[in-house]
Amino acid sequence: MGNLVTMDDLTNDDIVSVLDDAERLLPVAKGDIVLPLLQGKVLANMFFENSTRTRMSFETAMKRLGGSVLNFSSVGTSVSKGETLYDTMQMIDGYADIAAIRHPRQGAAQYSADAVGIPILNAGDGAGNHPTQTMLDLFTIRQAHGTLEGLNVVLVGDLRYGRTVHSLSHALVRFGASLTLVSPSSLKMPVEIVSDLKSHGAEVTEKESLDGQISNADVIYMTRIQKERFPDEEEYAKVAGIYRIEASSLVGAKKGMIIMHPLPRVDEIAPSVDSTEFAKYFQQAFNGVPTRMALLCRSLGVEVPKKVK
Amino acid sequence: MSEMRRVTAIRNGTVVDHIPSGYAMQVIRILRINTDRATPVSLVMNVPSDKLGRKDVLKIEDRELDQEDLDRLALIAPAASIAIIRNHAVAEKMRVELRDNLVNIAKCSFPNCITKSNREPLPQRMKVVSREPLEIRCYYCGRGQEMDELIENII
Repeated sequence: MGNLVTMDDLTNDDIVSVLDDAERLLPVAKGDIVLPLLQGKVLANMFFENSTRTRMSFETAMKRLGGSVLNFSSVGTSVSKGETLYDTMQMIDGYADIAAIRHPRQGAAQYSADAVGIPILNAGDGAGNHPTQTMLDLFTIRQAHGTLEGLNVVLVGDLRYGRTVHSLSHALVRFGASLTLVSPSSLKMPVEIVSDLKSHGAEVTEKESLDGQISNADVIYMTRIQKERFPDEEEYAKVAGIYRIEASSLVGAKKGMIIMHPLPRVDEIAPSVDSTEFAKYFQQAFNGVPTRMALLCRSLGVEVPKKVK
Repeated sequence: MSEMRRVTAIRNGTVVDHIPSGYAMQVIRILRINTDRATPVSLVMNVPSDKLGRKDVLKIEDRELDQEDLDRLALIAPAASIAIIRNHAVAEKMRVELRDNLVNIAKCSFPNCITKSNREPLPQRMKVVSREPLEIRCYYCGRGQEMDELIENII
C-alpha cells in the first residue's frame, strides 16, 4: 500500500524512516551524486489546480532519481471536455507507475486512490490535506531542532482553508507538540481538526493575535490568507494583511527558533526577515525535493541505500 | 398500562422499540416511511423505559425492516430492538448495529467535497470515528455532521 492521502497513512516510525531516507538523499537532491533508483519509472503529475513548488519539486525529485514525468493539467485536456476524475485516473493508471494529484475538491485524492491500482500521493485536495508538504515541513523542523518531539509550534494565518496546516498539526501532535493556533475568527481551524488534536492529548491554544506568541515559540509557521478561497472580496479585505512579521518583531525570539511558510507569501513575512537566522522558508521549499524523493521511493517499494554515494 | 399497550397490537409488520425519546419522527424519516400512503403507523413518544429513562416506540404495519433499514436506523437509534411480527406473534427479533462504514446512507453536506461532483461514479460514504459520543464524518473529505444535519441528508 503505497498511497499517501492523509498523515494517517504513515505511522510515527514511517515518518522518521522517510525523513532519514530524505536526509541521505540530500546530495542526490542537490545534484552532487547521481543515483538512478527510479530509472524506468514514470510519475504522473496530475494537477487539476495550479501549483508551482509542489509540481516542480515532484518533477525534480523524480528526475534526479532517474525516473520520468508526465505533466497533466486540467486546462486544454479531456477534463475541459467534461471527463470525470474517475475516467482520467483510469487512463493514468495505464500510463504511469505512480501519480501525484492536486485537485480543488476535498476528498479527490482518496477517491482517486480507491479508483486505481497505482500508488497515489495527495499533493493537496481543496482545503483538505497536503501530506507531502507536511513531510517536508517535518524534515525542515527536524533539520533545525534535531528532533520532532515536544516543540512549541505557532501556526498563523488561514487555518480554516490552509490545507498545509491541517496535515501538519495532525502530525505534530503525534510527536507531542504544543500548538498555538493564531487566526482571525473567520479563519479558525475546523472544529473536527481541533477535536482530533485534543484527543491526542495535545495542548492546543487558540488566539486571534500574534502578540506575545513569538518569545516562547520553537517554530512559527506563517500561512497566506488565500484570496482564492474566499467567497467574496469584502470578506477577504477584512482579514488580508492582519498578521505580519518583520525583522524587528523578532527581538526576544528564542535562539534556534525558525520561521516557516509553505509559500507563496504575500506580505505576512517582510523581506527584512529573509536575512535573519530565523528564516527557513526557502530552505523549506528546497526540502520538498529530498522529501518527495524519499516518498516516491517508499510508495514504489524501492529501498533507499543505507549509504548514498 | 404498559407502554406497549398504548397502541393496538399489529397483525403483520415491525415494532421498533427503544428509540431515544423524541426521535420517533426522525426514525419515520430515516426509514423512508411514506406517511402519505395507506401504511398504518403507530407512534408512542416519551414513555418510561428501564433502559433509556424515556423512549419512543414505533409500530409499522405490513412492512418488515431489512438490513439496509437497520443500518440507517443505527444512526439515530443504536439501542433499538426490532421485532418482526407475523400473524400477531413475534416471528423474529433483531438488533441494530452501527457499522464502521456507512455506504449510500447519508450525503456529505460540505459543498466542496468530491462527492458533490454529480457525474463522478462514486458512492456516498461516511465513517464512524467515535461511538460515544457519536461522531460521523465523510470518508472522502472528513467533514463531520451533527445528527440533525445528517438526518436532513439521509438518501
